[in-house]
Amino acid sequence: MSLAFDEYGRPFIIVKEQGQKSRVKGLEAQKQNILAARAIARTLRSSLGPKGMDKMLQTGDGDVTITNDGATILEQMEVENQIGKLLVELSRSQDHEIGDGTTGVVVLAGSLLEQAEGLLDKGIHPLRIAEGYEMASKIAVKRLEEISDVFEYGVDDYEPLVKTCMTTLSSKIVGRCKRSMAEMCVKAVLAVADLERKDVNMDLIKLEGKVGGKLEDTRLVHGIVLDKDISHPQMDKEIKDAKIAILTCPFEPPKPKTKHKVDIDTAEKYEQLRECEQKYFSEMVDQCKESGANLIVCQWGFDDEANHLLMNHKLPAIRWVGGVELELLAIATGGRIVPRFKELTAAKLGSAGTVKEVSFGTTKDKMVVIEDCANSKAVTIFIRGGNKMMVDEVKRSLHDAICVARNLIRSNRIVYGGGSAEITCSLAVEKAANEVPGIEQYAFRAFADALEAVPIALAENSGLDPIESLTAVKSRQVQEENPYLGIDCNEEGTNDMKKQNVFETMIGKRQQVLLATQVVKMILKIDDVISPAAYQ
Amino acid sequence: MSASGVPGGAPGILNEQAIEEKGEHARMSSFVGAMAIADLVKTTLGPKGMDKILQSMGRGEAVTVTNDGATILKSIYVDNPAAKVLVDISKVQDAEVGDGTTSVVVLAGELLRQAENLINMKIHPMTIIAGFREAAECGRNAIEARAMNNSSDSARFREDLMNVARTTLSSKFLTQDKEHFANLAVDAVMRLGDAPSLESIHILKKPGGDLTKSFLDEGFILDKKIGVGQPKRIEDAKILVANTPMDTDKIKIYGARVRVDSMAKVSDIEKAEKDKMKDKVDKIIAHGCNVFINRQLIYNYPEELFADAGIMAIEHADFDGIERLASVTGGEICSTFDHPEDVKLGSCKLIEEIMIGEEKLIHFSGVELGAACTVVLRGASLHLLDEAERSLHDALCVLQQTVKDRRVIHGGGCPEMVMSKAIDELAQRTPGKRAIAMEAFSKALRAIPTIICDNAGLDSADLVYQLRFCHAVPGSAMGIDVLEGKVGDMQDCGIFESFRVKEQVLLSATEAAEMILRVDDVINNSARVQTMGTGIHDSSTCLGL
Repeated sequence: MSLAFDEYGRPFIIVKEQGQKSRVKGLEAQKQNILAARAIARTLRSSLGPKGMDKMLQTGDGDVTITNDGATILEQMEVENQIGKLLVELSRSQDHEIGDGTTGVVVLAGSLLEQAEGLLDKGIHPLRIAEGYEMASKIAVKRLEEISDVFEYGVDDYEPLVKTCMTTLSSKIVGRCKRSMAEMCVKAVLAVADLERKDVNMDLIKLEGKVGGKLEDTRLVHGIVLDKDISHPQMDKEIKDAKIAILTCPFEPPKPKTKHKVDIDTAEKYEQLRECEQKYFSEMVDQCKESGANLIVCQWGFDDEANHLLMNHKLPAIRWVGGVELELLAIATGGRIVPRFKELTAAKLGSAGTVKEVSFGTTKDKMVVIEDCANSKAVTIFIRGGNKMMVDEVKRSLHDAICVARNLIRSNRIVYGGGSAEITCSLAVEKAANEVPGIEQYAFRAFADALEAVPIALAENSGLDPIESLTAVKSRQVQEENPYLGIDCNEEGTNDMKKQNVFETMIGKRQQVLLATQVVKMILKIDDVISPAAYQ
Repeated sequence: MSASGVPGGAPGILNEQAIEEKGEHARMSSFVGAMAIADLVKTTLGPKGMDKILQSMGRGEAVTVTNDGATILKSIYVDNPAAKVLVDISKVQDAEVGDGTTSVVVLAGELLRQAENLINMKIHPMTIIAGFREAAECGRNAIEARAMNNSSDSARFREDLMNVARTTLSSKFLTQDKEHFANLAVDAVMRLGDAPSLESIHILKKPGGDLTKSFLDEGFILDKKIGVGQPKRIEDAKILVANTPMDTDKIKIYGARVRVDSMAKVSDIEKAEKDKMKDKVDKIIAHGCNVFINRQLIYNYPEELFADAGIMAIEHADFDGIERLASVTGGEICSTFDHPEDVKLGSCKLIEEIMIGEEKLIHFSGVELGAACTVVLRGASLHLLDEAERSLHDALCVLQQTVKDRRVIHGGGCPEMVMSKAIDELAQRTPGKRAIAMEAFSKALRAIPTIICDNAGLDSADLVYQLRFCHAVPGSAMGIDVLEGKVGDMQDCGIFESFRVKEQVLLSATEAAEMILRVDDVINNSARVQTMGTGIHDSSTCLGL
């Protein structure tokens, strides 16, 4: 065992038996972890809020992504540090659970750790800090519940939902046409929502993008868009009252799984085989025809001969449709996925009002749009945009907005945005701090300070003086006893977020506080980091 | 700047080879990258723009000479992510409207150049974006108000189209023969009616002769040969278009194989095979066609059979050719031949072999779908023909857009000045910092006529400000007359552009500039293993030709 110093003067131990490992212990480990987490949080900090900036990420293959969605940034950053990975997970779990606020949660976690560092310097034991944070987070959540509002909306009166989605979208590049985008998202969610059970199946909403055109050309299709074309150039390009056979069997002679050989040794057998082959094709097509289908959607490809036979029988077909799309199609059209030609019956066909092949621009790209489906539950938002990065970013933004709308349907409690909720919680925690006996009191104060990181980042990103605007809002909140005051990012002239119609879902905010606290507790509890040395 | 450069010496957060650039650095590197791309294509803008030689790094070192922005950008290797954004918009412009691929990149570059100044003045990028958005909207409205729609008067509409085609071609390689090609392009597009689809215009390149020998053929020309011993000229042809193997029919049943134990049986099977083919040919003949065109090979044996039956058989037409032929002649593409009654045959008045230069081609005239036509380009070399094709393609695309949209506006920097003026006026009515961004936008727009002048070797500063003076009068149609080297009335010069193209240029460029402006952090993940050694570099200079 020997002790060495690295270039920054930090000691590290080289364990002889484990020469391949590097190890950091005790307070040093905690400091190092905190530093790493803060670095990640700092990267995301500038993406927070309606005036947040984007990050440009380039993968090893040279693909460029431009985004300000926290989860996407972290995922594509290829974080190597272990603690960094925890934060990536944190953002991802917020994304999966809530779908929005992925940046906020990381910023909050980073700021909690920053405050904890100060306490560690005071000599407070990390576990006491963790416990204090835990208690403080409960108070913050309680406060959130107190200030939350019930959000009224109806199936016909979806204006409030649109406004919420607009808040989410305003921080994205689609801000230019947030109104129409938000409406689209809400309509999509309402179309698939199960209002009785208060649930939304996100699988039924598909986001499909195609480069070209303008953002304004983006539209909501009550049906499905397949990025495929009709298999034969001369088949009908538009089918009314389509009866769709959804097949997972190829238009090919069967291929038994067992290994076999068909030996041909005479001319007669050769003839037979030939007839047999032709029969296969004609039978398949006949079976489709008999079932009454007038559109075939197949997961596999088909032979030229089959293709022509289908066309001859006036059966347009779409081939190579992916499994996910096929399932979606089955749900939307109320059809069944048929694995064998024999099992094809009229009852198993899906139906749709119109099926149309549309082409774009001067290129030959084509897509098939299936609309007015029997079960209009599946919807597609079809995105157009100036370039690939734009389309991808719009996809992500709309996903966030859709998630927000879904959360509102799940639980219609909201809190107000613009940092107002964080400021109120901070005030509540600070007030509670004085009543806490013991060391946790410090942790409470630290927690309260950490919560302020969100409004500070918002103000900073909006080009306002962060400390000045925060203190102003804070004092007004106390004086006017109005918990809805926040940072006026869009310079609309009022700090009252209720009037600005900036709100977020309560569960989203609660999740942010709880998740961030949890991760911070976890990081604080680590006092030894053993990692394999970098590969030589 | 590497990730481990975080103050305090944090352990490496990112992958060792990943590079992260933040704040000013990030912005600077993306600006520099984007402007480098814009400057690269800048010199090709306008009627006196220069061409670029692109040499491929691959085997053969193929050489392309072009001044088409999209083609240039497509071929160069770009490493800077911001530059990639610009390459991408240029590609989209190409796919969406076909022309204006250079303008869109140049305008985006100019916007960023202006934005850089504003950022140096400590204006928040979001404020700049807000100003740009409003300015773009205002500019669009301004040119929309100036757009002309002459579609009700067919003679004047044709003249518009001619002007648009001439303007597009004048900035290209075909500029000497622009009259000829403008006529050609307009004729081709006008034949297609109201909803033209460029697929029915077939461009055929044949080296030899000179550019003026290029012509528009009202029929369809297939670059293939007729089988030996078959009729070379057929009137009132009935055409069967097929996609079927005419060598030997493969057995499609899985696991089948031929195994014989004596030579006699081999010949039996061979005969069976031959019979099968004969059968197929008989079936095809039973359709009553006298021309048979197949996408795949036709072997000698069936070819001979066709020759015996007096049927013209053409093999190996590629897929595009087949599809086009089918749509042109109105036939359907067959792969099975059991139901002759169901199959629709294509028809045309006359099929004959013609000679262009030294090559024999098959000419279909009097086809069912009257719209289709073929443009045969002649020229001294293949490079020249390639460039001619690109230019003609651009012109056709623009015409197609114009026919769809029906609106045209003046060219020669006139719309830019109109927009710039409208935006300047808007800026005067806007309080606050956004107005600075608007002014910057208008300045960026004025850069376009400046570059056109510079490329033509004219005194840009003088001309552009003369132009601005002219545009102080509302409704002025003045623009830069590059050929004369002075400010002139675009209406008299006949310089027109498609409104749709201009609109798209404006919107795409603004969008791209906005995307790049919004970035404050660039994370460059490690390159894959093969480029390990060169993982770290200054991305602003990584622009390789």
